[in-house]
Amino acid sequence: MLEILQYSFMKNAILTAILASIACGIIGVYVVVKKISSLSGGITHASFGGIGLGYFLGTNPLYGLIPFSLLSALIMGLVSRRSKVSEDTATSILWSLGMALGIIFIYLTPGYAPDLMTYLFGNILTVSTSDLHLMLGLDVLILIIVYAFYKEFMAISFDEEFATVIGVAVERIYLLLLCLIALTIVLLIKVVGIILIIALLTMPASLSAHYTYNLRNMMYLSIFFGTFFSIMGLILSYALDIPSGATIILVMSGVYIIHLIYDNIKKKVHA
Amino acid sequence: MTNVVELHDVWVSYGNVTVLEDINLTVHDKDFLGIIGPNGGGKSTLLKVILGLITPDKGIVKLLGDKPEKTHKYVGYVPQYASFNLTFPISVWEVVLMGRMNTIGPLRRYGKKDYHAAQEALKKVKMLEYKDRQISELSGGQRQRVFIARSLVTDPKLLILDEPATGVDAVMQKEFYELLKELKQNIAIIMVSHDISAISIYVDKVACLNRKLHYHNSKELSPEDLDASYACPVEMLAHGMPHRVFKLH
Repeated sequence: MLEILQYSFMKNAILTAILASIACGIIGVYVVVKKISSLSGGITHASFGGIGLGYFLGTNPLYGLIPFSLLSALIMGLVSRRSKVSEDTATSILWSLGMALGIIFIYLTPGYAPDLMTYLFGNILTVSTSDLHLMLGLDVLILIIVYAFYKEFMAISFDEEFATVIGVAVERIYLLLLCLIALTIVLLIKVVGIILIIALLTMPASLSAHYTYNLRNMMYLSIFFGTFFSIMGLILSYALDIPSGATIILVMSGVYIIHLIYDNIKKKVHA
Repeated sequence: MTNVVELHDVWVSYGNVTVLEDINLTVHDKDFLGIIGPNGGGKSTLLKVILGLITPDKGIVKLLGDKPEKTHKYVGYVPQYASFNLTFPISVWEVVLMGRMNTIGPLRRYGKKDYHAAQEALKKVKMLEYKDRQISELSGGQRQRVFIARSLVTDPKLLILDEPATGVDAVMQKEFYELLKELKQNIAIIMVSHDISAISIYVDKVACLNRKLHYHNSKELSPEDLDASYACPVEMLAHGMPHRVFKLH
């Protein structure tokens, strides 16, 4: 099995799994405790417009993705907070709007769009060294911001009303958090693709909530879960020659479901 | 000395429904004001207007002499219903420390002074031994005491309490009201409560709210005020309490 490490694409894939799990573990915890997974799903899918834009402009689609996902995060956040439209409805509309834009951009691009499937369903084996540098940079940025605003993020996630009274700029901090989600999407896109990102963002964090009542420990634990499951999925997909993104999600979901059943049985036995 | 709270001609409506109508209220330093009134009478809305969480359709709101958005961080606030999710991974200690955010601002960490303040506040509400518990591991009353500690730790100039004694057992309630009595030596307190006996014993001034506010800057309400607010005669106030809400009549 160890011989797979000899390939440089495999080394890159493993590094990708680790770098992605760091961002995903930290930001995923906020997504879970603040219960904004559908909003995050909306940002993810809307970002597809950015991929399309990247193709259309003939650059690396990731460079179209970064500004586009940040913009959709900001619009999503502002619309859901300020307009009379419910957050649920706003999310669904922007979700489809972004995807529709992406489809039009790709249609307008001459020729065909190479690796489109990679962005939709992920392919961790296609990560280049320059992608890795970008991911490392984004990880560092996310870590610095979360370190600096740890107590603010905690306050708005826990109790927005009290946070407002105590003088926290709740809306700005919330938008900053959504921007971090947008950057995390950029980090995760090559791992599992737009369609599957939300599972990667929520499952490790939700699993870790079973083991600790401390936000920080939850982050460490979900980084560990994320890394472990991604690498497991990667090895399995290599061994069985099946798509890596979907395999990672299947491994994770499998463990998650078994865990839930086990938890339920345990509760019944104790009850 | 500026007034702690000043409301002039404040109106609030949700859609077509008027919730607060022409509210005028002045709270002075070291006042202990109790607000009573029927459910749906706008009590929580009024508190949120004072805190700047709701902007009125009309009227002027001043908190500690300025706009509430600027000054609400000097107010200790205990909400009626906790608006958070109980399974949130946070300990009692972290909840109380959160109250110190008004003094330390962003990008800074909690320091010795903050830890000391949190410890003192938890001692006051007798919850120090629970400081490492996760909040879902507490009873309703214990949790309420933690939120009271969180409001005390802000070093407030005004304390706003919305039904603070809900779920708190009788012994602790008494201690809690004694604590408020001690606090009002230095700060103003506004408390919404259904507990009329507590209101009549501990507060200095009473207002009655049912869309309109009936308040005479004193502890007395006329029977007409109560009739107007509750739309039925209120009898529970005449049980021979040490102090009366009613004037003799």
